[in-house]
Amino acid sequence: MMDDSNPYLPYIAKIEETWYETPGDRCIKTFKVNFADEKVWETWSHKPGQCAMVGRLGVGESMFCISSSPTEKDYLRFSIMKMGKVTNALHELEAGDYITVRGPLGNWFPLEEWEGKNIVTIGGGIGQAPLRPVINYIRANKEKYRNLTVLYGARTRDDLCFQPELQCFLEEEETTCRLSVDVCEDKDWEHFVGFVPDLLMEVSPSPENTIAVTCGPPIMIKFVIQNLEKLGFKPDQIYTTLENRMKCGIGKCGRCNVGHLYVCKDGPVFSYETLKDIPEAFA
Amino acid sequence: MGDYKILKEKVPDFIKALDKFEVFAPVKKGDTVRFEKIDDPSRATLDFSNTNVPPKELMFPETETLFRYRVVSTEIEPKVPSDEEKRVVLGIRPCDAMAFSIVDRLFGWDFPDPYYQKRRENSILVGLACAEPCSNCFCTSLGGGPANEEPLDAILYDLGEFYYLKTITDKSEAFVSSAGDALESAGDSERAQATELAGSAEKKIKRTIKTEGIPEKLPSLYDHEFWTQYSNRCLGCGICTFLCPTCHCFDIQDEIEAFDGRRARMWDTCMFAEYTLHASGHNPRPTRKERTRNRISHKYSYFPTKFGVIACVGCGRCINFCPVNIDIIDVLQKSKEV
Repeated sequence: MMDDSNPYLPYIAKIEETWYETPGDRCIKTFKVNFADEKVWETWSHKPGQCAMVGRLGVGESMFCISSSPTEKDYLRFSIMKMGKVTNALHELEAGDYITVRGPLGNWFPLEEWEGKNIVTIGGGIGQAPLRPVINYIRANKEKYRNLTVLYGARTRDDLCFQPELQCFLEEEETTCRLSVDVCEDKDWEHFVGFVPDLLMEVSPSPENTIAVTCGPPIMIKFVIQNLEKLGFKPDQIYTTLENRMKCGIGKCGRCNVGHLYVCKDGPVFSYETLKDIPEAFA
Repeated sequence: MGDYKILKEKVPDFIKALDKFEVFAPVKKGDTVRFEKIDDPSRATLDFSNTNVPPKELMFPETETLFRYRVVSTEIEPKVPSDEEKRVVLGIRPCDAMAFSIVDRLFGWDFPDPYYQKRRENSILVGLACAEPCSNCFCTSLGGGPANEEPLDAILYDLGEFYYLKTITDKSEAFVSSAGDALESAGDSERAQATELAGSAEKKIKRTIKTEGIPEKLPSLYDHEFWTQYSNRCLGCGICTFLCPTCHCFDIQDEIEAFDGRRARMWDTCMFAEYTLHASGHNPRPTRKERTRNRISHKYSYFPTKFGVIACVGCGRCINFCPVNIDIIDVLQKSKEV
């Protein structure tokens, strides 16, 4: 944590590089950043799934997942959709500009518990951002896991994030990668056309010794979980992340609760075993 | 620990003698009373039923600066209260004091909050036992009472000509030793009168709710129609939360004036739609039904599940000030019956 005595104080980070993942009014821009004070790396340690409050002084801060894996050294990545006040202000920034980073916050995917298992990630749209560190972590620790299956869909071809990496997954043998788009007018598209929950049924991964991780819009998560259960996955084999509006990120300001759980502090990672009894989780 | 008495006409001298502390006490403002920093001891009053705004504002101000910065630079200047700002808070009602013990758990949970905690550590809390509870007081249902001592450092009882002062913690010694001549010693007779006052006050509390089973039952009422009955009446003004001594939710905003900026936090309320509104336009609590349900469930189920205690002290403010007479005791009673 930043200053141990004051969790509200952010680190200053310098943007090293930016690029757009997707085009349009709600474009997604990736920021690759480094701490202004490189000594921060001596104490910084995050795990796949953890988040940080990213902000711009004078505007405010919002919670984003850290989209780089701890196995990627000397930088952090955030992939941010242009949506509200803070994200619009962040999108104005380029390499050389400064942002504030407060974190790492929240819990993480229990990747150590998952060793020896098959992992299936099921992502939709910007929901691939929290899955990216999981995928990269597993690829960097191949010997500890069995098969990795990456299922990812977006509204259109242009809305798929991290395309160069997806291309690698498609080409390499050790990863199964299947892509989908909701709508397709593109004759060259050789992958699935339809919604992500349907892509899941098309691939039909076996629940045997397998963990399924899904991130995306709430409606997609709802149907993906239904389909995983149809395939025989038990609630404790299914993991997802929740998101809510947040201000403090440390379980104090109140607003991100689903039932008695704070998404910022008890989450954002939850097993369906925990969420199935909390109706507000999918509100 | 110690027993003292203060003649009523000596109260200003008593406050004056505490000059190495910042003293906060109730001050009459028109028809109401509110805690303020006392520079002129004659302004303090101990003749009041309770303040509209609870003394939570002394530990958790309505708006406070977390840090300052210059927009053109990346230098950040934290604004945590210093150790030097020692305070005495005089005249806290026992319910409002009990609220600190509850909120302490939240602000001390994991990432401790230095702003709140520093003010709590720096403050000596001197309570004022209730002789005449208000018509909507129900502190005895929540484990409190007219002379409840937790977490007070000392407590005053109004015994007519004088106040009886009972010190409770070691922390109170620092202020007793400062008070000097204004304090006289007291003994068994005053202590007996105080016990009688508290006992008689407790008998005057008419409103009660048996809380057993409520924390376990509320989650099962998530989709129940009964929330609609209450929320249909609710105007969404948020007064029940702003004036609640245990409501602790806040917003964080950046403010800039020319090149000077600050990141500040301010009270916020789960009764407003904006509180949970996502940037995408999605709102997980889109109507007053979900928001009313969250307020009651948070106090009586989520908070106790997480922190082991109901986040309500029975002060009655949310009942007294609700413009449409929503009564939390009725809501809780109904939740047990449906």
